[in-house]
Amino acid sequence: MQRFWSIPFSMGLFLVLCVLSGMTLADDDSHTNMHFRDNPPSPPTPGHSSTSTADHSKFEVLQQPFTDGPSVTKACLSCHTEAGEHMMKSIHWTWEYTHPKTGQKLGKKHLVNTFCTNARGNEGMCAQCHAGYGWKDETFDFNNPNNIDCLVCHDRTGSYYKTPNSPGNEACSVMFKEKPPIQWNTVAQNVGLPGRDNCGRCHFYGGGGDGVKHGDLDSSLERPDRSLDVHMDVDGLNFTCTQCHVSDKHVWAGSRYQVVAKDTEGTAKPGMRRDVATCESCHGTSPHPVDGVVAMKLNDHVNKVACQTCHIPKIARGGVATNVKWDWRTAGKTKDGEGYKEDNYVQANGKARSTYKSIKGSFEWAENFVPHYAWFDGQMNYTTIDTVFDPNKGPIDINGFNGRADDPQSRIWPFKPMHTIQPYDKGFNTLVYMHLWGNDKDAFWGNYDFARAIKTGMEKNNLPYSGEYGFVDTYSYWPITHMVAPKEEALDCGECHSKAGRLQNVEGFYLPGRDAPYDIDRYGLWLLLAALLGIVGHATLRGLTGRHRS
Amino acid sequence: MSLHSVKVYSRFERFWHWTQAFLIFSLFFTGFAIHGLHSLISFKTAVVWHTWGAFTLIILWIFAIFWHLTTGTWRHYLPTHQGLWQVFRFYSYGIFRAEPHPYRKAFWRKHNPLQALAYLSLKLVLFPLIWLTGLAYFTYQYWREWLPNALMTFEWIAVLHVGAAFLIVAFVLLHVYLLSTGHSFAAHVKPMITGFDEVDLTAAEAAYLQESKAVSVKPISDSHSH
Repeated sequence: MQRFWSIPFSMGLFLVLCVLSGMTLADDDSHTNMHFRDNPPSPPTPGHSSTSTADHSKFEVLQQPFTDGPSVTKACLSCHTEAGEHMMKSIHWTWEYTHPKTGQKLGKKHLVNTFCTNARGNEGMCAQCHAGYGWKDETFDFNNPNNIDCLVCHDRTGSYYKTPNSPGNEACSVMFKEKPPIQWNTVAQNVGLPGRDNCGRCHFYGGGGDGVKHGDLDSSLERPDRSLDVHMDVDGLNFTCTQCHVSDKHVWAGSRYQVVAKDTEGTAKPGMRRDVATCESCHGTSPHPVDGVVAMKLNDHVNKVACQTCHIPKIARGGVATNVKWDWRTAGKTKDGEGYKEDNYVQANGKARSTYKSIKGSFEWAENFVPHYAWFDGQMNYTTIDTVFDPNKGPIDINGFNGRADDPQSRIWPFKPMHTIQPYDKGFNTLVYMHLWGNDKDAFWGNYDFARAIKTGMEKNNLPYSGEYGFVDTYSYWPITHMVAPKEEALDCGECHSKAGRLQNVEGFYLPGRDAPYDIDRYGLWLLLAALLGIVGHATLRGLTGRHRS
Repeated sequence: MSLHSVKVYSRFERFWHWTQAFLIFSLFFTGFAIHGLHSLISFKTAVVWHTWGAFTLIILWIFAIFWHLTTGTWRHYLPTHQGLWQVFRFYSYGIFRAEPHPYRKAFWRKHNPLQALAYLSLKLVLFPLIWLTGLAYFTYQYWREWLPNALMTFEWIAVLHVGAAFLIVAFVLLHVYLLSTGHSFAAHVKPMITGFDEVDLTAAEAAYLQESKAVSVKPISDSHSH
């Protein structure tokens, strides 16, 4: 009898173990390297498609058997005739932004950043998040609207995904295997306005993983509670991203290259203002209903303090950590000739994060932390690939910013500072493009050789390279604007209005509770001391002379 | 001449004095909390109480000014150099030699010349300074758009406001200390509570006051009067 049951039992046990180990493997796999989108996509955000006047599953053009993305796009564009032209002007397509004031060419196509350092030359990997199909190198055709990826933003099944456009070295490419094939017809027939999960699939995972880049954008915002984000609260307002990032002809409000740091217009009539994603565009310029001294004084602040400063008391507080320090110097160490990783940080949601990866170097993480505060006029200043700097003059601000207390355009904003120690050209004193991704022997993610990766990265872009690289301290600053706490969790006055408060180091103005300009306290206390000494002296003299007389 | 118990402080004066004293102490406490000199209460609470306290005091002052003007009691604060030196000499010299106070309190001149000068400068300089700077401080958001250098102006307003507060604290310290000179401390405080003080009246004054019933007055005791 025992033997009879032992066979199915051991088979069952084997199966369970297989499943468990499979899960563990899958889980391992998910945070192996620089992987994006390791969480299963969240269920579609309800609400939006239901108000649509079109049921896409009934459209004949969507009944044809699709086998790839571009053919779906072609079908989309057969009805949405202008969408292609509109999309091709969008930054999600161009990955390029020419700053109207500085003339600098910005955007992922050009920038060096403080994470994987450059998308340029690594498009095969990085352009997974490009709203197009197949950008892997310079040959990509930006004028072919059929290459636009409509589904990445408009799929409402949650089953659509993207993989790298070119194979990397084996160490990296392994993590994209074994995805179920995309059901092109299903996704094509279930399109709708983008939900948080659509936007989040790229924007939550920027910088190389969940929450790595921003600190106020990570997967915890797929289903946030009220405390994490009062607007996106799944049981409350349940806002999608497009509720604030309103669009006009597929160009949406809210730029990180030219931030509206202070909105003086506030709310507008219905149907107007599609250009801003500011708090004021909904809440107005005196947002606190005046029912007393406090509200009145709070409204005073709108002039000089961004809403975000008080209403986002801490960042990365959804259980997902954000990267605060990245040291490239340690990258490239191997064990038995193989790359490895160490997962020594456990974030609040229980998931381990890597503190070291051979392909990237060492990381430090932070959660639920107080941001950095500074005056900000909305203008970010970029150190680009052609900027010559003096490495001896302290850390390089990859995206510094302007702002002054006495500038009417500036307000005090919260930022996530990101500290990176990254390669630069020691001879020419410029930043470098690294060739990280590829299935060739020059790619750093495979050969762990900075010298070759930098040389190739520069050569591929026809940029001069002295041949000698070093490491330089860099900083980038991410203006914080998401994860808005409910009002009862906003900062208390004393958090800033105190001697050692949050705004301790923000200069150029008088802050009640913090400052005593012109030594007023010292003179005041001297005056009181003098009065007291006079009183004590006078009283003592009276006592002495009185006793003498009697 | 005979000592009489005369009602020198009317009900309004006493109400005004003590309410003002209470409000000034609350304003010290909350104001120095706002300024960051102590953190016994939160900044937010301090701002609320300070604002309400200040507005209450301003209303009280408006009433007091009205009262002073309509009753003619503003004359108590008229500055005079007559006897000023003697009083000054008394506090800095005579008091140590058990000399009598040179000033004889009169019904229409309750304050000695030094007192009158001190109170007058308080009322004409320090109080207007603190409430004008306070109002400007409070209404910052309504004028900041109109001044080219509003932040700097705001800073100066704050400095003047805090500076005036320190001077008023010094005044209060001296004010309380001087209660211990001359008679006893209690003898000084009592009239401000009951309204009655001992005043040396001439026979004519006593007769006039008794006859006219302008204020209540009664002889103190036979041993003092004759």
